[in-house]
Amino acid sequence: MKKGTRIRAQWGVLPVAAFLMAWEVIARLDLIPGQLFLPAFSTVMGELIRLTAAGVLTDHLLRSGIRVLIGFCAGSVAGIAIGIVMGWNETMNRTLHPVFSLLYPIPALGWLPLLMIWVGIGEMLPILIIFICSFFPILYNTVTGIRGVSRDFIKAAKTLGASDIRILMTVLLPIALPNIFTGLRLEAGMAWRVIIAAEMVAIPTGIGALMMKAESLMRIDIIIICLMILSIVCFSIEKLFLYVEQRLTKEWR
Amino acid sequence: MPSIELRNVNNFACRDINMTVADGELLVLLGPTGAGKTTLLNIISGLIEYEGSVLFDGSPTEGTPTNRRGVGYLFQDLVLFPHLTVSSNITYGLRMQKWGLEAIDARLRELMDSMNIHHLAGRYPRDLSGGEKQRVALARAIAPYPKVLLLDEPFNNLDMRTTKYLRIEFRKILKELGLTAIFVTHSLKEAQEMADRIAVLDRGRLEQIGSPREIFFDPHGEGVSDFLGSPNILECDGYHVLGNGLVAAECNGMEIIVPYEGNSVRKIAISPGDVYLSRNRPPGPHLNRFQGVISKAIPRGSVMRFTVRIGNREIDAELPRDIAEAQDLREGMEAFIILKLRCLRIL
Repeated sequence: MKKGTRIRAQWGVLPVAAFLMAWEVIARLDLIPGQLFLPAFSTVMGELIRLTAAGVLTDHLLRSGIRVLIGFCAGSVAGIAIGIVMGWNETMNRTLHPVFSLLYPIPALGWLPLLMIWVGIGEMLPILIIFICSFFPILYNTVTGIRGVSRDFIKAAKTLGASDIRILMTVLLPIALPNIFTGLRLEAGMAWRVIIAAEMVAIPTGIGALMMKAESLMRIDIIIICLMILSIVCFSIEKLFLYVEQRLTKEWR
Repeated sequence: MPSIELRNVNNFACRDINMTVADGELLVLLGPTGAGKTTLLNIISGLIEYEGSVLFDGSPTEGTPTNRRGVGYLFQDLVLFPHLTVSSNITYGLRMQKWGLEAIDARLRELMDSMNIHHLAGRYPRDLSGGEKQRVALARAIAPYPKVLLLDEPFNNLDMRTTKYLRIEFRKILKELGLTAIFVTHSLKEAQEMADRIAVLDRGRLEQIGSPREIFFDPHGEGVSDFLGSPNILECDGYHVLGNGLVAAECNGMEIIVPYEGNSVRKIAISPGDVYLSRNRPPGPHLNRFQGVISKAIPRGSVMRFTVRIGNREIDAELPRDIAEAQDLREGMEAFIILKLRCLRIL
């Protein structure tokens, strides 16, 4: 790590440490009325270790993670594939765009009651919600990325002997990659936010469900643990996509 | 290299174009913006729809898609692929045409040697200067040994010095390779320096095709004259040879020194753009220098056209507008002209 980057990273840690210390002090000194509802940071950490050792946390996190992974991957693949077709072919774009334009604004969680009836309450439900949540934004980012590539690049590739499929693979997709990655990065975080909501409402397992159980038992420490885990997971996934995107496009952008 | 022939070519921007470019010839398509020059290149490369026929070496190309026509195309904005290094840009066409790795390597080395761009191999287009981008784009266009090469105003966004250098370099490379090429420009000067022949295009019609000399001194029709700017033609009453390849011609009381090639001197021509104009007396000997009064000053696009009355004769001069404005040249003002020696032609 370069010196400047290390210093900046250290500066980022300081406010977080200050916040955690303030939290600990406020909770310990009973500075807020009704401190019953605010466990100290150290208490929360203790519970985190206990839940992890018992395998409860890992189990719920894994279940949520697998749902997100399947739904997000399926939604991304479908979004990118149909996005490529729409971006490449004007007729397909004109045909599909009006339909998707009507479906896109519906919030992913809005589909929940309908899907509960159509597919029932089971593993398919959160996966489908994540699919819908990922599909539309990634589709639109892909279409925008492909259609944003100057037509002159296509002409140049044609005169150099490239077939349509090779133009797509060697020119359009690589140049549209930053746009596609922006969609993936934003939606990977969004998928976690949506899965939690879905699990809170309709699914008995997963981090969302754990939070709802904790709420009914007044276990504020567990709720806080779940929120902290979500924050770390969303942050890490976004950083991971950013890193991959930069690795792939940094040199020429 | 094959010849190019266009027979009755029509589309939304071109009307009844008939012309032939000979094997190894460098034809310059000259015309104002919107004349249909780029459209014609797109027709030849098969990038857009058209009626009529385009033939390479007598064989019609209709039905052959762009990627199999064997056309090298240097675009106005160069369109180097931003995500590929210089090497990958140059070898892109070779990979698309499934050349073997060794052949690709050898061709890349050959092109980098001839263009003197070895040091750029690993760079991306964003890190290249304007002139470097031109060379890389040319190398990419000619790498797969195209049958014909089309160049669409490739020097448009460059400074004058780089442009002049690249014009000479590009012409040299094209001639060495013996490529049949069509070069599009709206600059008369560029056309004169590059062309074997010039074809003047205006509002989609081919107005005239001929040698630079024919186009310059004998423009057909008002459209061509308007665009080229008619040259000053001076009738000569007599002349005497000076030696050293020069002749002194008497033209209506003006003695003009002209390069001489042994023919009789009846008329002398010079383009308005080659007449130097200044409000101050220019330094140096009095040869080809005359004093007169500006009788007209008319703005024409990026230039100002002045008519200078010298005795009972009028000479047209053209200056870039910024230079004309800096000198504050106006009608009725006394001014000096120089007829540039190497730009004078005997008709």
